[in-house]
Amino acid sequence: MTQRHFTSWTYYVPYGLWVGLFVIAPVGLIIYQSFLDLHHHFTLANYQAYFESGTYLMMTVNSIWWAFLITLFTLLISYPAAYYIHQLKHRQLWLLLTILPTWINLLLKAYAFIGIFSQAGVVNQFLSLFGIGPQQILFTNFSFVFVATYIQIPFMILPIYNALDDLSGSYINASHDLGATNWQTFSKVVWPLTLPGVKAGVQAVFIPSLSLFMLTRLIGGNKVITLGTAIEEHFLTTMNWGMGSTIGVVLIVAMVLIMIITGERRQDRGRVR
Amino acid sequence: MTEPIIRLTNVFKRYDDTEILKGIDIELEQGKFYTLLGPSGCGKTTILRIIAGFTSATSGDVYFDGQRINDLPANQRKVNTVFQDYALFPHMNVHDNVAFGLRLQKKFSKADINQRVHEALTSVRLADYADREISELSGGQQQRVAIARAIVLKPRMLLLDEPLSALDAKLRRDMQYELRDLQQRLGITFLFVTHDQEEALAMSDEIFVMNAGHVLQSGTPVDIYDEPINHFVADFIGESNILTGTMIKDHEVEFVGKRFECADAGMRPNESVEVVLRPEDLDITTPENGKLTVTIESQLFRGDYHEIVAYDSDHNEWLIHSTNPATAGQQVGLTFEPYDIHVMRLHETEADFDARLERYDDEQAEVKRP
Repeated sequence: MTQRHFTSWTYYVPYGLWVGLFVIAPVGLIIYQSFLDLHHHFTLANYQAYFESGTYLMMTVNSIWWAFLITLFTLLISYPAAYYIHQLKHRQLWLLLTILPTWINLLLKAYAFIGIFSQAGVVNQFLSLFGIGPQQILFTNFSFVFVATYIQIPFMILPIYNALDDLSGSYINASHDLGATNWQTFSKVVWPLTLPGVKAGVQAVFIPSLSLFMLTRLIGGNKVITLGTAIEEHFLTTMNWGMGSTIGVVLIVAMVLIMIITGERRQDRGRVR
Repeated sequence: MTEPIIRLTNVFKRYDDTEILKGIDIELEQGKFYTLLGPSGCGKTTILRIIAGFTSATSGDVYFDGQRINDLPANQRKVNTVFQDYALFPHMNVHDNVAFGLRLQKKFSKADINQRVHEALTSVRLADYADREISELSGGQQQRVAIARAIVLKPRMLLLDEPLSALDAKLRRDMQYELRDLQQRLGITFLFVTHDQEEALAMSDEIFVMNAGHVLQSGTPVDIYDEPINHFVADFIGESNILTGTMIKDHEVEFVGKRFECADAGMRPNESVEVVLRPEDLDITTPENGKLTVTIESQLFRGDYHEIVAYDSDHNEWLIHSTNPATAGQQVGLTFEPYDIHVMRLHETEADFDARLERYDDEQAEVKRP
């Protein structure tokens, strides 16, 4: 009895260690440090500064706005793409090809885009053919959203594809059978039934997009300042770890809120009516 | 004869290299209960899908009310389907599922829709379940919702794709009565797909027996049971003893080395044939009174009868259904009447078979089962 109890308990050790060391401890440390000033004294000044200074609030609004745009464009591209891939004959291969770029390091991809978008890059060479180049593409808001969307697309396609895969074909037949057009079938049956996949994709894209900082610098030319940039600045440049941690706490709270908003609320259904 | 509601002419269906349907010609009349019966993979569901419009025939024509509908999309056809897995939308409750098709038409008021949904749910005895979620229903209740959702649109024809296969035996029996009753009340054509011969025999006005992409035989349940066209049909519909034999002359057939009087005729003298004797037509008697002598091998108690397996001296297996138990190892006689013997020609087409039956049916009516 004790033996069995012991062995089943040991299975949790790696997971427990992982969660403890890399999730609970860092979050605890961030919360703890967010209450410390530069001289390691307890203070609420960081939070006060955050909520009173227009800069930080503006930065937060900016982060949310850019993350929203990136998520929106990613969704607009990924849903039709997942839908189309799902109908292809060799869909596993095509899915693999869309996932492939995620195996390449983010920094390498960012540098590749610097090459593509630069004054002498491929895009500007192409535009010059029509006499409308070279244009300033790199270090613009456009290039930032473009590259961020490109990087996030696989993380959106995958959950949507899985949701489409789980959708039984007989629902679609049933919808047509009851008189629905293709569009009605999509809007009344396919979309609502794949919504969990969309929500999972939105979570996977929106939350990391809130704290993008490398792309803002390399591609956005630091014109786009997000909370991620601010955290990096506080930890590496101004050395104000307390303020950096405070912004980190705000980000964590934002993530939890998004998880709650996009999460499943099963028990609500059926009672409301 | 009235204009058939559905007519399939020379319909073929190929997927890649496999031919699923190999020349289907069927006609379905208004207001009857039809069944497509056959083993899995015989193409029966494909016929249903072609009529519903979920897939198209590779060649051949589909007519609805005399109109060719090959290219008409599924959402414009006046047929509705009850799916094998019910395909009830899990994100809607019972009421919304049933109202789905009505709401799409945009010509009904809210009160109209509620009224019609209520009627449909009442006809499947689920009037009190309108507010339930689909996940809260049992399999049998989901089945009824699926039927209500299909009939609420008042289709000319209802297609049912093995709808009872997921239910337990008792419920399946009850649903057979209900479906039959529903079909008669609504007066619309039902096309029911099943691999269960009991279901087909119990409910249908007419059965199409299928195998490997062909319709082998069509007819009333009694016709198909009593006069199977070939070995496959005899074996698939009910239990059978099938023996090879020779047709000596009209009304005389030889099998297991003996000659017997029979009701069949119209074959060449000394033609090789197969003979069917249904287990319930065999009666056990004393060896002296029997037309055949067999030794009882084993028996199973089936509730309403005993299923007895016996062997004759040539090691042919005989299946006997008897209300009285037998003793294993015992030698008994078997008797049967001339009309219990059903003779089948090898490779006879359905058209030839029907023509031959008609010829000797008229002249030999008195030999047949009274």
